[in-house]
This record gives sequence, C-alpha cells and structure tokens, in this order.
Amino acid sequence: MKTALRYLCVLGILSTAVAFIYNTQLKPRSFLQPTSFSPNQFDAPVFRTVIQQIDQAFHKEWTAAELTPIPRAPDLIIARRLSLALTGTIPSMEEIRALEAQPEKDRIQWWLAHLLEDQRSSDYLAERLARIYVGVEKGPFLVYRRRRMVDWLSNELHRNRPYDELVRNLISAEGIWTSRPEVNFVTVTIDQNNDEEGPDEIKLAARVTRAFLGVRIDCVQCHDDMFGDRWKQKDFHQLAAYFSDAGMSLTGVRDKPTPYEYRYKGKLKPETVPPIVPFQPELLPNTGSLRQRLSMWVTHPENKAFARTTVNRIWALLFNKALIEPIDDIPLEGPYPPGMEILSDLLIREKYDLQQLIRTIAATQVFQRDSRAPLDSPTLTDLHESSMASFPLTRLRPEQVAGSIIQATSLRTINADSHVIKRITRFFSLDEFIKRYGDIGQDEFASTGGTIPQRLVLMNGELVHERTKDNIFVNASSRIRIVSPDDATAIDTAYLTALTRHPSSEEKDYFLNRLKDKKGESASNEMQDLFWAMINSTEFSWNH
Amino acid sequence: MEPLIAMKTNDSKCCGSSDHLSRRNLLKIAGTASMAWLTPLATLLAAQAEKKHQPARSVIMLWLGGGPSQLETFDPHPGTHIAAGTGSRKTSVPGIELATGLEQTAEVMGDVSLIRSMVSKEGDHERATYNMKTGYRPSPTVVHPSLGAIVCHQLRDENVEIPRHISILSDQWRPRGGYLGAQYDSFQINDPKDRIPDVTPQVSTERMDRRMEALSILEKSFHQGRPANLDEERTLHQAMMRKAEKMMSSEQLKVFDISQATEAEKAAYGNTAFGRGCLAAVRLIEVGVRCVEITLGGWDSHVNNHEVQAGKTKILDPAFAALINDLKQRNLLKHTVVLCGGEFGRTPEINPLGGRDHWPHGFSIAVAGGGFQGGQVIGQTDPSGEKKEPSDPIRVEDIHSTVQQLLGIDPEHEIETPVGRPIVLSEGKIIRSLL
Repeated sequence: MKTALRYLCVLGILSTAVAFIYNTQLKPRSFLQPTSFSPNQFDAPVFRTVIQQIDQAFHKEWTAAELTPIPRAPDLIIARRLSLALTGTIPSMEEIRALEAQPEKDRIQWWLAHLLEDQRSSDYLAERLARIYVGVEKGPFLVYRRRRMVDWLSNELHRNRPYDELVRNLISAEGIWTSRPEVNFVTVTIDQNNDEEGPDEIKLAARVTRAFLGVRIDCVQCHDDMFGDRWKQKDFHQLAAYFSDAGMSLTGVRDKPTPYEYRYKGKLKPETVPPIVPFQPELLPNTGSLRQRLSMWVTHPENKAFARTTVNRIWALLFNKALIEPIDDIPLEGPYPPGMEILSDLLIREKYDLQQLIRTIAATQVFQRDSRAPLDSPTLTDLHESSMASFPLTRLRPEQVAGSIIQATSLRTINADSHVIKRITRFFSLDEFIKRYGDIGQDEFASTGGTIPQRLVLMNGELVHERTKDNIFVNASSRIRIVSPDDATAIDTAYLTALTRHPSSEEKDYFLNRLKDKKGESASNEMQDLFWAMINSTEFSWNH
Repeated sequence: MEPLIAMKTNDSKCCGSSDHLSRRNLLKIAGTASMAWLTPLATLLAAQAEKKHQPARSVIMLWLGGGPSQLETFDPHPGTHIAAGTGSRKTSVPGIELATGLEQTAEVMGDVSLIRSMVSKEGDHERATYNMKTGYRPSPTVVHPSLGAIVCHQLRDENVEIPRHISILSDQWRPRGGYLGAQYDSFQINDPKDRIPDVTPQVSTERMDRRMEALSILEKSFHQGRPANLDEERTLHQAMMRKAEKMMSSEQLKVFDISQATEAEKAAYGNTAFGRGCLAAVRLIEVGVRCVEITLGGWDSHVNNHEVQAGKTKILDPAFAALINDLKQRNLLKHTVVLCGGEFGRTPEINPLGGRDHWPHGFSIAVAGGGFQGGQVIGQTDPSGEKKEPSDPIRVEDIHSTVQQLLGIDPEHEIETPVGRPIVLSEGKIIRSLL
C-alpha cells in the first residue's frame, strides 16, 4: 500500500513537472507562423482605397445622425470576434500569447492570416454554408450524404476556390452523391417516400434564389405577390423549370430533357412551363445544359444580386448580424446601406475571392469598433448600434457556446483531433448540449435574448461541470494555478483563457482576495468557481 | 351506414340558458340602465355569472405529429370504400362513433367534441405544423408565436416558479415564442420517468452562493459603458438566471416527478412515454402551468396505413381517456382546454402501398374541457371521398380564436411585432356552437 502511494506521488510530481514544462517552455508551433501573412498586404492602394471608402461612407451616415462613433475595441476583443466567426470558438491561450507577441500595427491582419490557414476555419465555414445550401436535416439517406458535402466544401474553402466557381458546381454538377459530393445540393431535395420523381424543382429553385440571389421568389410559389407587383407566380416556376432535366440514373444525377409542368392558380390543367430567368435575361448564355446555363446566369459578374448576397452572408458571419435584414431579402434596386456596393464591386473585381472579402471587412473601422462606450463618455444608445457606430451585441450560436466552453477550459488549442474532444464525446454528446441549449437550425441570426434552459444547462449541466471540475490533466481551472508563479498571474491567465481579456483591477482584487492564503482543495475550488462564473457570464455567451 | 351529422346532444346548455349570460353581457345590460350595476344585486349576479363562466386557465395539447388519419381515428366511415376495412364503435354519446381502437376514448365522449371538418392550405409537415401550432401560415417576414406562448404572454402569473409553457417529448418543431421572444419558447422535457436535466446544482448551496457572488463582479464589469436596461431589454441573461435559480429551488419542481403517482394511475394512462407525459401534464396544470404539449409522433402512414395508425391509436386511446377522467376527478376539466390532433389528415383513397397521403382538406381534431361543450360533432366529410370540401368547414385559425376566447384572451388584440407591423393574436372566427 505504502509503495503504491509513493509510486503515485512520484507519478503525480512527474506529470506536474511535464505539464509545467509543456506549458511554459512550449516553442512556437507551426501554426504560429502563417505563411500567407505579410505586414504590408493592405498597404496596396487598391485595398487602402476600398477600406477608406467604406469607412467614409459610414462616417457620412454618423455625421448626418449627429453620432459620435464609439472608439476602436482592444485587439484581443477583435481577435475574439474573428475567432468566433471563423472557427466557431474563442482564441486559445497559446494563440493569445502568440498574438500579443506581434507588433501592434500588424496584429489583426496577422491573426486573420493565422485563422484563414487553420483547418478549423474551413471546417466551420463549410458547416455554416452547408446550412444555407442543404439545411441541417439528415435527408434522404439512400441518395444523400451531408458529411461528404461538408468535407468537400471545407476543402474548396481551404484552397480559397473562387466562390462563383463553387456555386456553379453546386447548381450544375452531375454524378453520384458519394464521388461528386457537390451533387448532394441537388439530391437532398429528393422525397424519401417517392424517390422515383427525382430532385424537387420547387425546393431547388427556392434554395438557389434565397442562398445565391437574396430574393424570395419562392413566396409566390402558390400565388402572385400580394404585397407588390414585383414577382408573379410565373417567375418562380419558370426558374424552377431549369431543374426539370435533372433526374436520377444508375450513374447518379444526370440531365435529360424533361418538360416541367405546373398547374397555375386558377387554371384547370397543368401546363408546360418554359425555363425563363426572372430578371436580366441578357446574361443567360445560349449553350450548355439547363442547369449549366442557370449557374452561369446566377454567377454572372453583371448579376450583382449574387455578389450582394455573398457580401451580406460574409458580413453576417463576421458581425453575427447581416448588413441587410432579412439576410435573404435584398432589394434588386437599392438603396443599399454603406459598404454594400463597394464590397460587391470589390468581390466581382477580385474574382469572388472570399478570403479577400473577409480580410477587407475585418480591416474596416466599422468592424473594429467597440461594443461599449468608454468610461468617461455618455453611454451607448440604440442608435449607435443600429447605425453601426458601435459593434452590435449579439447572442452566440449554440455551437459557438459549446466550442467556447471547451476551449475556455483548456490551455492548448482545441481542434477536431484534440484529446479533449475525444474525451468529452466519450462521456456525452455535444449534439445533446446544442439541442438543449436550443439549436437555431438553419442559418438564422437570432436577435432575441437568452432563455431559462440555456442558463440551466450552463449553470448545472454536465459539460460545464466536467470541464471546470478538479482535473489536473485536462482542465485549465486546475492547471493554471500550478503553472503560475503567483495568484495574480493565475487570475490574469484565467481571464485570458475564458474571456480573451485581462481582468479589471476591481476584478483582480476581488479574486485575489478569494484566493488569499488558500491552499490545496480550497484554492482549487476558488479557481473552479472563477471559471464557472466566467462561463456563466453574459460576456461569455454574447458576441461583443 | 349513414354518415354522421352534426348534432347537439347536450340540451341543457343551449341558447337562452342562464349560462349564456356572461359577465360582460350583464354589465352591458346593467350599464345601460343608468348605473344600476352598482346595486348589490347586480354585483352578485355578475359575480355569479363570472363564477359559472370563469375563463379557462390552461391548455393541454395532445400533438399527433405526422398527420393522423381521420378515418382511423375520429371520423370513421365504416362500410364505405374509403374506410378500406376500418370499422367503428359506438360511444357513450348516442349517434357518435369512433374508429375501432378508440374504445376507452369512446367512454369519455360525453366530455369530448369532435371537429370533423378542419381545413387548411398546408400539406407539408413543417408548414402545416407551424400553421396548426400558431394559427398562421408560415410567413417569410415574421415568425408567429404558438398558442402556448400567446397564453403565457397574455396571462401573467407571479406564483408559478417553473416554466409555464412546457413541451413533453417534442420533435424538432416544438412550440416557440416567435415574435414574442425566446423567453416564451416551450421548456422541453423528455419521458417524465427521467429526471428533468440541469435543475440540480453540481455544488452545495453555500458554494453556489459564492459562485453567484463572483458572477455579479463579472456582470458589473460587462455592463459598464452599456445601456442601463441592457439585461431587461436585450440579453435577458441575468433575468433568466434569476428565473432558473427560482425554479431550481422551487417546491413545484416535484410535480415533474411522476414516480409519486400510483401504479394504477400509471397503468390507466397506458404505461407509455406519451401516457406518462399526459399524467405529468395534469400535475403541471394543477400548479399553474399554462400550456403543456405532449407529442405522439409517427402517424405519417404513406405505407401500410392501417398498421401504422393502429399502433399509434393503441398508445393514444388509454392516455386520452385517462387524461379526461383524471382532469374531471381533480375538478380541473372545466378550467383546462384539451386539444387533440395533428397537422393534417390523410387521403380518403388508399395508395398503391397501402398507405394514405397528406390531406389538409377535411380532417379531424378533438376538443374538450375549458368551456367547450362535450358530445358534439361539427362538420361532415364525404363518405364517398369524392367531394374534397367538408360541410361546415372550420379553419385552423378558428380553433385558435375560440381557445383564446375561452381563456379570456381577446383574439383581436393587436401586438406590435418587431417587423413594425401590428398583428392580431388570431384572425379566426369563434366557433359559437361549441361553447
């Protein structure tokens, strides 16, 4: 018994030492030097001009409204926003250290280069985009593989494939859903109970118009528009007719001429509906299959609806709030909010380079504003937020909260292969957490406040408990105090790890007082309580 | 057999009876007689009328997700070709028959009425579910609140410490708060035999207090430089946390625990998850919960209709009957509206796979309690299956308006929505003949 105890003690000391060395002496790893980073990237006149134009456009609005814009947010807060938007989680402690080591003027562009090279970003963006393209349901299993499609999207985004090309692929691809994953965009619409009928033209037309053109023509599926003269029932079905050739064969989705028939409201018999696009018909090419021609029309550089929709989606991703709301209802003829036309033109000029668009938006002043007023100035008004003179405060999505909890309680960067993820999923399902927290489902941007189940699952749920309880090997709450020379450093590290900021002096004093003269279990409890409080704070669950 | 017709069997409650005088009507009459309503007699009369017509307090919704077949449940047409062999049985109310399989429900028919002429324009599960649960068709610009959310929004309760809007066993389309906000979303629980998740603190009360103290320091920090009403108007973070804390320490939490019910009680409900949901619902209503929805899914019988429907009816029958009996025994039925139905019905014709497909043109729901008369039938579907439109069609929004009226809520009350357009609670007509 004694030998066993001694053995355990030695083992404990050894592992603590290893953990200590691992954390403090850690050499910068490969990700810490993003290859695409160059400090002068945005000094090129073309981007300077664009960014300045956007900044000026917003300034003009604020001046007109007699608003003083809120100053710039601290770098770490901007880094948190970007990390949540692109990877679905907050920055890790090791990432924060690396970021703080960069010269101040380069930090944000350096951070973006790092994030955009990280596989986590393409994985997360792929999932967010997939929700727009195919929804969240498992779909008809026999002919649909959502996972393959998301993996494919992730690879395409990782190599920064021009977005117009990617979309053309989705709309027009032929083949089997396993070897040509983009085909799943079409096969997801097959009715499980009736797979003989093949892909559903109506669902496809609705998806294409909403996801890529930002128009809701599907509202006139059953009748003409009651609120205006813009769309007729015909517009929708003539667009749907572009998908009528898509059918199922032994070699997957293939196009073969099949007329599209529909019985319009008030008509007795169905009629053959010709494929006609609802606007700018001159952009339609004359050759190619129906779906190819449609895909060329949708992504035509002069079809600005496509560029605007893409800008609105990327903007929404970064701000957690669309520039034009609702996100898929963008007027074809303005007026547009500041930034929309400048960014759309940039996107078209830069051949639909999504990463460039992300970099540009992130470099604008409007993205970098703080979400709170400085201490000595009058407080924030609703007008500040609605006119973007302050960064909008929005509720994080369930998967962002789950990702943040896991990252906030670990000192190392967590990715899909991390030991911690495997450990957590052994005990319970993250899907279950997301369900209990309240999955938003499709890619909505909810502006509503929190709910009781959300508070309960963070206060008492298994995930938070498992990740904050005393566990020297995996949980930051236990490790931080061991690797910190004093309590002040421990508190500072804890704040950086969970809230991506340093504590205020009041906060520091309060927690120093709580840790004072405490050792062993009682000190460990204090650290756990600090982590519990941080995770349960408004600050943690909101994008700010 | 001849099709059943709409009939009234409960003669005592027809027009002209004393029950028909509502307090409002009395006040109106009295008011015109030069303030005579101030006399003690009128006050007494009004109070009496009030007592008799006290509005319902709660709603229990038995949600039959997937679309139950009216022919195999509340609207059988035995002997016709659309019945495809499905028989019927007599109920405790002469002249009303239910499909075979609803034997226990047949016994409580005196308290239940049937609407056999429900019509809607939605034939897709998701859209039709939205339609039934909110009383509105899906709109691209605004998300409407479900009935339970409206009830909780309109009727305030200070003494209820647990969520007032609860969904048990719900599928992906649980009732939501819509434009009223996520705080009116239903609180989800699974099979009541399991403990409700996340209501037990992981640490002692004393330590929980210390955690909350630490949290208040962080909240103070976060609120600096932000609008003073941020929490109440926007984030609802601390507000919901206070509610969550209240719930965690509430005595009322016990009502979720159905292990206290006797074996006989559980057996009466059929010892299924759905049955236990109904059993829990009665206890929840008793402590003041406003709306409980219990879901029994899986009615979507495109293939082998009879088998699928029979399997589901077997679960529904004892639970529905026991619910009515239990509510009655506890003197809760008159204060509780019970609704039972799904998003649409199923086609009169059997398809080549022995299934029935979606049919929103004349389907059935059952209503009971809360001021609804029992033993009534409204509407009639064509026994030959040729005529699509039923007689006396009732629209989905009519049900919403009627239930709201029973709860003392004015359906025509307008709510200013976030899209800047006022919307009335429900656009339906009140079904007078059922009240």
